[in-house]
Amino acid sequence: MDSSTLLGVTTFAYLFSTILYTVIFIFKFPRLGKFATWFTALALVVQTIGIGLRWYESYQMGIGRAPLTNMYESVIFFAWTIIALYLFIEYKFKSRIIGAFTVPIAFLAMAYASLDGTITKGITPLVPALQSNWLIAHVVTCFIGYAAFSIAAGLGLMYLIKNRFGPSSTDKQDGIIASLPPLKVIDSITHNVMIFGFIWLTIGIITGAIWANSAWGTYWSWDPKETWSLITWFVYAITLHARFTRGWSGTRIAWLSILGFISVIFTYYGVNFLLAGLHSYGSS
Amino acid sequence: MKSSSSLWNFFASVKLALFTLCSLALTSIIGTIIPQNQAEQVYIDAYGTKTATFFQLLDITNMYTSWWFLSLLGILSANLIVCSLDRFPRAWEQITRDNLKLSPARIAKLRHAASFTSPETPEKIAGSLKNLLGDKGWETVQSTGAEMVLLFSQKQRWSRVGVYIVHLSILVVFVGAIYGSIGGFRGSIMLPELESSGVIYPYEQQKSIDLGFTVRCDRFDLEFYDNGMPKEYRSQLSILENGTVVLQKDIEVNDPLRYKGITLYQASYQPYRNFIFTLSKENGASIIRTGEFQKELQWQEANVRFGIINLESLRDNVSRIKIWFSDPTGPPTQFWLKAGEQAEVTRGKTTYVFSAKQRYATGLQVAKDPGVWIVYLGFGLLILGLYMAFFMSHRRIWLVITQQDNRTNITLSGTTNKNATGFAVQFKQLAETIEGHLLQQ
Repeated sequence: MDSSTLLGVTTFAYLFSTILYTVIFIFKFPRLGKFATWFTALALVVQTIGIGLRWYESYQMGIGRAPLTNMYESVIFFAWTIIALYLFIEYKFKSRIIGAFTVPIAFLAMAYASLDGTITKGITPLVPALQSNWLIAHVVTCFIGYAAFSIAAGLGLMYLIKNRFGPSSTDKQDGIIASLPPLKVIDSITHNVMIFGFIWLTIGIITGAIWANSAWGTYWSWDPKETWSLITWFVYAITLHARFTRGWSGTRIAWLSILGFISVIFTYYGVNFLLAGLHSYGSS
Repeated sequence: MKSSSSLWNFFASVKLALFTLCSLALTSIIGTIIPQNQAEQVYIDAYGTKTATFFQLLDITNMYTSWWFLSLLGILSANLIVCSLDRFPRAWEQITRDNLKLSPARIAKLRHAASFTSPETPEKIAGSLKNLLGDKGWETVQSTGAEMVLLFSQKQRWSRVGVYIVHLSILVVFVGAIYGSIGGFRGSIMLPELESSGVIYPYEQQKSIDLGFTVRCDRFDLEFYDNGMPKEYRSQLSILENGTVVLQKDIEVNDPLRYKGITLYQASYQPYRNFIFTLSKENGASIIRTGEFQKELQWQEANVRFGIINLESLRDNVSRIKIWFSDPTGPPTQFWLKAGEQAEVTRGKTTYVFSAKQRYATGLQVAKDPGVWIVYLGFGLLILGLYMAFFMSHRRIWLVITQQDNRTNITLSGTTNKNATGFAVQFKQLAETIEGHLLQQ
């Protein structure tokens, strides 16, 4: 039993969770809810053990480092944080419908990590620049932010669907759409999740800056990764301020949550592959 | 008066903030697609002469310090200052107001309300409720009138300051960044082992910068993992003032040397086709020599001759060296030595300690930034301000206690500036606690 087996199991488990939550949403099967929650929580535990095992395995190999340093590990952690955060939101806001819009993201992340042949899955040692305690703080805080923004995007999509095909519609869609929470509720949860993500992204950028200063001699060098993380920060700062302007309804906020998510994906993934810079550690 | 007030409103507006943040976000994208700070020829090669000239004209090749980008940051700063000055008085009024002056009619109209009755006297109830609330962390103030007793309590009124701390923190970061760029410098130096330098070379200008002290590289070591990836770069540095060593430190990536406000970072290295030899005898005599591959070196006083006759290397990094060592006591000795390590060579009655390593230059990044701690202060304030603004709320509760016939009426009312749902739950619990308490009286 090694970490890759456990993480492979997790991928399939999240696929099953996705199916469960989608069934609950589309076929209105609330009794499946408790099972879906417990199953997903169990999958999360399996994934946690998998990640921990990978950390332990690195020590066995004489390398000894946290499993957060390359694309494979970061995508796994990204999926982990989404599920953990989603389960907390499900508990707090008592709605399993959100699962159909967020758990798939975690599954897709795990699937990408497992299936993409260009990603190195082995445990490789750290180059000198990554040998720092700031690594854990910076990576973890950024990813909590990314996960929150991913969930906010799922909620934004829910809002837009409910708004477009809402109770005024008379066709068969009505039944599924009606089971979505009220617009006001979706908007409120989205707002809270975005705030949560914003604070963690802020801390993520700050820890990155402090680390950069102790490693490279400057806390900000307009490196593409840094610049894009700031662009993402701007998008959410705009969204949080937009609420105070008349005419900025929940629909615009929902669109902004999706725009922000695109910015997050570009910051996370696009920069590593499409642009050059100091941050190319994450590209393989 | 009217025109300045509309200018003020413009700079205080959220719309300006949205516009500026949007512009900063969009223009920042440009700098990630078009490479920054490259030589002129790079742009001509990539985009053609016409476009390259266009870019240079608009400072797109250096956009984050360009006049127009800095102007956007300037507008943002003005916006932050004016909007805070504009709205802060109202927040301050809310923080410092005397809430006991609120009329019972207004209190009755508040969002949350619950009513109770009790046979006890108003004074007695006020006293016991004061204690009850105190136990729950609600410190109360009281006003006693002819018709009623009014209790008031609030929590986290200072959380209203949070948003202003956030805005201030960004300005603090800007101040730190400006101070750092005016009063500081950044540059680099490629310093070969055994050599020292009192100057470094900045990235921007041509002129060198005087450090005010001398840095010497005593030794540079390179370690690799088994798979060939770099494991560590380590430089043993000495800082000298007027010829005397004042500080010595081994630096690695992520572990720089700081001296007199200047920080030296291990950034890179350069291998030379050159070697450093140290040779010593039991009696303490020793020499250090530098030399090339397949060139003979001598220690004349000890009558020793030596040199490198073969080596193994991976690209530019030498891993093993074959040494030829000779003195008058007998035929030459030949042995393999791992680069950088020592070996004992016994010739007749003398034992020498010999080491050979490839000579490197250590690539140091050197920076002076007097503003960095101001920036860090800004960071700290930003996190504090965000926490106050989003995770704390200003909650207020009133208890109106009036006598009617021989019963006392108590009304609990409350309001919050944020987190309405959370407060609704809290209010309900408080109402139930008070109800339970009153029933026990």
